[in-house]
Amino acid sequence: MKYLIALAARSAWNRRATLSLVVVSIALSVTLLLGVERLRNDVRESFAQSVSGTDLVVGARGSPLQLMLYTVFHMGEATNNMDWSSVRKLTAHPAVDWVIPLSLGDSHHGYPVLATDQAYFDHFRYGDRQTLRLAQGRRFSAIFDAVLGAEVAEHLGYRLGERITLAHGSGELKLNEHADKPFTVVGILARTGTPVDRTVHIGLAAMEAIHLDWQGGAPIPGMSIPEQYVSRFDLTPKNVTGVLLGLKSRAAVFAMQRYVGNFRDEPLMAVLPGVALAQLWQLLSVGEQALLAVSALVVAVGLAGLVAVVLAGLSERRRELAILRSVGAGPRHVLALLTLEGLALTLTGSALGLILLTGLTLGLAPWLESRYGLYIHAGNLSAEEIKLLAWVIGVGCLASLLPGLRAYRLSLAVGLTPRV
Amino acid sequence: MSTAPVIALDAVVYAWPGHAPCLDIPGFAMQPGERVFLHGPSGSGKSTLLNLVGGVLTPRSGQARVMGEDLGRLGSSARDRLRADHIGFIFQQFNLIPYLSAIDNVLLPCRFSALRRERTRPDGLHAAAERLLQHLDLEPALWRKAATELSVGQQQRVAAARALIGRPGIVVADEPTSALDEGRQLAFLDLLRKECDSAGAALLFVSHDRRLASHFEREIALAGINRAAATIVDPHAHVRSLPPKGVPVSLEAARRETG
Repeated sequence: MKYLIALAARSAWNRRATLSLVVVSIALSVTLLLGVERLRNDVRESFAQSVSGTDLVVGARGSPLQLMLYTVFHMGEATNNMDWSSVRKLTAHPAVDWVIPLSLGDSHHGYPVLATDQAYFDHFRYGDRQTLRLAQGRRFSAIFDAVLGAEVAEHLGYRLGERITLAHGSGELKLNEHADKPFTVVGILARTGTPVDRTVHIGLAAMEAIHLDWQGGAPIPGMSIPEQYVSRFDLTPKNVTGVLLGLKSRAAVFAMQRYVGNFRDEPLMAVLPGVALAQLWQLLSVGEQALLAVSALVVAVGLAGLVAVVLAGLSERRRELAILRSVGAGPRHVLALLTLEGLALTLTGSALGLILLTGLTLGLAPWLESRYGLYIHAGNLSAEEIKLLAWVIGVGCLASLLPGLRAYRLSLAVGLTPRV
Repeated sequence: MSTAPVIALDAVVYAWPGHAPCLDIPGFAMQPGERVFLHGPSGSGKSTLLNLVGGVLTPRSGQARVMGEDLGRLGSSARDRLRADHIGFIFQQFNLIPYLSAIDNVLLPCRFSALRRERTRPDGLHAAAERLLQHLDLEPALWRKAATELSVGQQQRVAAARALIGRPGIVVADEPTSALDEGRQLAFLDLLRKECDSAGAALLFVSHDRRLASHFEREIALAGINRAAATIVDPHAHVRSLPPKGVPVSLEAARRETG
């Protein structure tokens, strides 16, 4: 058996030009399959890690998923605002422990700007119920103070004391800048691996202040309020995008949800983050399954290529097989020789695919992180990935039996005297 | 060494499934150390005979014994082992595995036969192979070269060394000289005979070229001993270009000629 392995290896090495193409195609298909699986898992992980300890997300009535995506992940389209008076009433509710108001809409170099208050630093939790930590500086306190997420500071190279201006909306139009009211960076948060890293945080009053001389998404012509005068105005927010609610007891969560749903002043809704995320996975699962099915097909194509190449090579190897037969190899040796070759090609391809996958994740991780806020891990295989890999190798092993069996039959028919 | 025949065919008949018999040999025997020239033009059932002796095929009826073992009573892997242990084959051309060196080609039978490995014991595997290559006039510079880098004549000598390593009882040579030019044919034949003698191996030399027959103790025409081929003797069979010569195909041809 040991000699057969050596023989198979040397035979394969002799045909390396053709076989390396097969190995590459298997490697690419394995990279695709595991890559899709890893992306799928890590995306879920990223989402699930982004918010914890929040019992309810409250906002204007509409799509629960949209509210969740917009307020927590700063993705998708803006929802309707809710009135500040409603926020006050919620805060006063006896079952409520804390309230984090969130106001979105502006941006800085493509990074979303979140206006909130001190409760955000006190009560917001992510991952395994971790609180936000300042890596440098302090929380915002003056009106035009800003606290940056780790990714924003790192990517834009900002330090404490930096003066930055915010853009209205997502910031594609240079015209809509709040250039007259620059902010000062007073704090930089420690990295969290969540959308917080990609967010610029300011106070609710600041959000109000930069929009004093704006109306309907554009500056009011001929009206300009210099920054030193803004404090003369009432900077209490009129409305916010949504709030995160923490309850004194989780048991009250459904009662609270009902209370919000029946709110009399305006149509509101309360969303359980876990339920909204489950809804999201359900929405995505069809796409995920399709993607996984396509990558599985690509693997099948790769393995079919393997079978085709090994089978095609067989007719040129009739003489080789006859020689082996003449020195005493049995048909089962011939079967083993061909099957081992296919298996070795599958294993080499899979190993190469894993290396490629690791290289790709290492190479693309920073880009995915800064561009999409996704955290893709390189290195250790998950149980699911190992299962997929085992499938590929198992199917490869079965597929390799095809040329093996063909050679078996050939060696019985041709015997010691193949055609020259 | 025992005096029982190394090969003994007794009323052996072989037919491919669904075909008329292509081989029908009432009797044929080879003694230990004997050198037999078997004149076998194409279509005389030569391939079938070689596959029978090698234990790849088993007779439809009758008894085929190799080294005293009745092939019909052995399973296929026992026949494979018998072939590995006791028979060395040399073919017409392309005898070597292209991706192995000359010496690794010589050592091939020892990979499949513990007995032949055992018989190289006093020298050791590589020493035995090297000694054979030396005896067959292959210079040491060529030993580690890939089979494909050798000339046809050198390849045939490597094949002879492979057939002889581990001193098998029988060497079967199927047209081993027909790819060589005339001058080298006799030289190769001499070397082969000498080495078979020193190994104590019987030599079954199959050829269509009867000029070589005088170098052998005994000459047998396959057409003469094969009743199924008696009517198909065709002196020009070897010059005619036949269709691709896989076993079944050549048998088809044989059948066509038998009518």
